[in-house]
Amino acid sequence: MSAQIPNVQSTDELREKWMKPEVITGSEMLLRSLLLEGVECVFGYPGGAVLYIYDAMHGFDDFKHLLTRHEQGAIHAADGYARASGKVGVCIATSGPGATNLVTGIATAYMDSVPLVVITGNVATTLIGTDAFQEADITGITMPITKHSYLVRDVEDLPRIIHEAFHIANTGRKGPVLIDIPKDVSAAKSLFKPHTEPVMMRGYNPRVLPNKLQLDKLHQAIAEAKRPLILAGGGVVYSGGHEELLKFVETTGIPITTTLLGLGGFPSGHDLWIGMPGMHGTYAANNAIQQSDLLISIGARFDDRVTGKLDGFAPHARIAHIDIDPAEIGKNVKTDIPIVGDVKTVLEMLNIEAGHSSYADEWRTTIAGWKKEKPFRYDDSEEVLKPQWVVEMLNDTTRGEAIVTTDVGQHQMWAAQYYRFNKPRSWVTSGGLGTMGFGFPSAIGAQMANPERLVISINGDGGMQMCAQELAICAINNIPVKVVVMNNQVLGMVRQWQELIYDNRYSHIDLSGSPDFVKLAEAYGVKGLRATNKQEAAAAWQEAMDTPGPVLVEFVVNKHENVYPMVPQGATIDQMLMGDKE
Amino acid sequence: MIPTTLKHTIAVLVNDQPGVLQRVSGLFGRRGFNIESITVGQSEEAGLSRMVIVTTGDENTLEQVEKQLYKIIDVIKVIDLSSRPMVARELALIKVKAEPAERPEIMGVIETFRAAVVDIGPSSLMVQVVGDTEKIDAMIELLKPYGIRELSRTGATAMIRGNV
Repeated sequence: MSAQIPNVQSTDELREKWMKPEVITGSEMLLRSLLLEGVECVFGYPGGAVLYIYDAMHGFDDFKHLLTRHEQGAIHAADGYARASGKVGVCIATSGPGATNLVTGIATAYMDSVPLVVITGNVATTLIGTDAFQEADITGITMPITKHSYLVRDVEDLPRIIHEAFHIANTGRKGPVLIDIPKDVSAAKSLFKPHTEPVMMRGYNPRVLPNKLQLDKLHQAIAEAKRPLILAGGGVVYSGGHEELLKFVETTGIPITTTLLGLGGFPSGHDLWIGMPGMHGTYAANNAIQQSDLLISIGARFDDRVTGKLDGFAPHARIAHIDIDPAEIGKNVKTDIPIVGDVKTVLEMLNIEAGHSSYADEWRTTIAGWKKEKPFRYDDSEEVLKPQWVVEMLNDTTRGEAIVTTDVGQHQMWAAQYYRFNKPRSWVTSGGLGTMGFGFPSAIGAQMANPERLVISINGDGGMQMCAQELAICAINNIPVKVVVMNNQVLGMVRQWQELIYDNRYSHIDLSGSPDFVKLAEAYGVKGLRATNKQEAAAAWQEAMDTPGPVLVEFVVNKHENVYPMVPQGATIDQMLMGDKE
Repeated sequence: MIPTTLKHTIAVLVNDQPGVLQRVSGLFGRRGFNIESITVGQSEEAGLSRMVIVTTGDENTLEQVEKQLYKIIDVIKVIDLSSRPMVARELALIKVKAEPAERPEIMGVIETFRAAVVDIGPSSLMVQVVGDTEKIDAMIELLKPYGIRELSRTGATAMIRGNV
């Protein structure tokens, strides 16, 4: 059973209809311009300032509009859509509170470089600045968390602005672009002139092609390195360079670690893959970074969750940094070989002359030893349900073929650690901002982008309650997301920190009073199942898989489980707490 | 160890759009870069404004400032003026207390600095002085004993010398 996505009728005939020069309203221009950008699905919530836009959408079925139950649900869904498809996610909200409800989602997308076009209404241009009803300076509020933004003052600018916004959102370092449309602009009529020609903006020229001299330097460094290592991030997935990366790794024989957002950019399970680095990374990856003599960062930005204590990060390594955003190079870590360019293009070029890293034989053996010596592990139990076991079960039943979205916290780290990813765009998670409430609505977007694929949303009991209302849109639109709630009745990651760093002072983490998740699902018309042990878990999951349409499965898991390894804040990444095993 | 914080003057050519000043100054604020002064006005090209920003920081900070500025879509060009010989000027208007008896003495100071009196009140003079920061600082110091009633100074505007 697949989500009800309309067949987008982007026929030549319709295109001709949209392109016909006629006098129409700003709202109609908006819809036509969205169609010209290939939009199939938008997520939104109407209100006073966007009523003309919603009026124009009445009876309009050229794209699907999903009415979420909160603007936060809409933007996270648009985000999940973008991450799982590589297309631009689109959402619409009204002015004032509608727009400000998007802020968390915009910041989430900005931190993780996700292409979104966010359309907000605003009060009429004549009222702007008067503290009018539902007025908020949303372009001002979101300036630090958007790649670019527009306040449309003239209806004639709309087609151009929309075309530019899509271009900016999905090129260079991707990111959210906001278009704020005052009510009188969406009502105003003008002759529609479709904007489809290439965008020319003097101040925007992302550099795709790298400097050849720097590539030569990197080849040279690889030839000389005894302990080279690749650190690959989300940029690999976003640029579509995963095949080129695989080729590069296999040609050079350089071991690779992938960051949280880089998961799926390289097949987990490959001999040269050594897991995720950083705070909850593998023993092998963290040791490898610390002992490497050449660290090649590919589309990763040296986030502090990856580097740990910056002063002691990769102390013996020459650093090569490949990134489309020049500002990332040298921002956190001093770079020896800076390569600005599109990751896919850079890798394609590198692959032409890439050779085997022949001095690294001993190093590969050492790393393989680390991998074997200390993989992720946990104490399994027959009495209580272990969350790690649940993730392994999900992995076994889907064989890495599902799209997994997560919320933020312990379950997110366990999913990252124990799920095996074979394909890019199969992993949707809020990395940079760490946004609770993201997991479930993002799965709705991911499912809309991939109606035929299995989408699993893994949540904690905390995050699930931040956007649970979107169960409604799964129910009415029959969006077959399988919603997992790992219920440990506590804010797990906070509890873990309080236990390990705040001397067992458990302050305000008890989530008693949470709803019965099964009944909550049922209240929305979604099937709900609960499991408290392995047997029930396997049966419930099987039932969920066999049930067409959306299902929520609550796994009541062990309350005291911690995520290991863990690098305490302020430590270097090889100073890992390994948990009970040490 | 004393960190090497140097003064840098950068020119930023931007689209003349509403909100651009906010984008640029906001960037400095949230990235923890210092703004000592910022001036904005028309440039030689219609539709573009030139901002001149004086900031402090080490070379790495300056590099980040430039790179982050280039991320703003409305920023066309960033030039580190202080890396080359440049001319920087600011302007100050100083309203100094000046009873008729004191005026000849004050006029002496003003002439020495090649400043100008641009308004005369019953008991005050308005002085306009143009020059680099040090000159204006010195002028203010010299006028202080007479009693400064009001002071308004612009930030620096600057250009590289020669044909560049």
